[in-house]
Amino acid sequence: MRAAVLLFPGLNREGDAMRALEQASGVKPTLVWHAEHDLPSGTDLVVVPGGFSYGDYLRCGAIAGRANIMHAVRAHAERGGLVLGICNGFQILCESGLLPGVLMRNKDLRFVCRMQHLRVERNDTPFTNRYSRQQIIKVCVAHGEGNYVADPETIARLEGEGRVAFRYSDANGELGGEANCNGSINDIAGVYSERMNVLGMMPHSENLIDPMMGGIDGRGLFESLVHAPARAA
Amino acid sequence: MKARVTVTLKTGVLDPQGKAIEGALRSLAIEGVDSVRQGKMFDLELSFEDPARAQAVLKDACEKLLANTVVENYRIEIL
Repeated sequence: MRAAVLLFPGLNREGDAMRALEQASGVKPTLVWHAEHDLPSGTDLVVVPGGFSYGDYLRCGAIAGRANIMHAVRAHAERGGLVLGICNGFQILCESGLLPGVLMRNKDLRFVCRMQHLRVERNDTPFTNRYSRQQIIKVCVAHGEGNYVADPETIARLEGEGRVAFRYSDANGELGGEANCNGSINDIAGVYSERMNVLGMMPHSENLIDPMMGGIDGRGLFESLVHAPARAA
Repeated sequence: MKARVTVTLKTGVLDPQGKAIEGALRSLAIEGVDSVRQGKMFDLELSFEDPARAQAVLKDACEKLLANTVVENYRIEIL
């Protein structure tokens, strides 16, 4: 699997994403600067990591979502290529139009940084084939704007088409209440594009790949991508 | 010429910042404020003097960048 990790000014999780990708695939990903116009040829997967691109000016992900390289990412996704956005990367994918909805300020206004359980909604996608359906995994979250919002029609469509990837839950798989760390509608922690080849998620799976960090449940995401059928254009 | 763009949250979209400001006003004993919604304002200087063109250019700017029309409305004023 050939992965390209995008770098915008202000991102800070690119190293974590690259480490997780290399651990799963054995291949070092390529770091791609935002001002580039093209992705490296043969790219299977584009990862938009987390951080604070452009200092979150205007809106989270708004400026990065319109950078040069995003035209190439859009074309890659249109060809069926895989795209993964984590945290600020999710915000960037929403702002770029690759995913519906928007990430608003957390409901209680606090930056939330903690371990977080998720329920894996389905395991028949390129991103989750190494998990089981409804599996509860423990990863972590670190964001101030993760409150997923979309109009009721969009939410109904996402739910109807099975495009919710992960939901915030507690360790027993119970949704809602305290388990929903930011107020997201329907406890949505991650969503797929219409063709299931683009995934945006707020939690940091890339940080739970080493027992030293308190768990390895995040590995499944990257191992799934390695085992996904090749989609390179 | 100069123009001003105001971006506000659509009705029904939760605005926790506005709510926090509302609470702070209450704690200052400022009376009669029923609700607060926070928005953004942009002052722009344009290199031409054609109001119709300015409307078109700024509408494009709002749709493409200044507002996220999923949750925000915008208003353009030519000053």
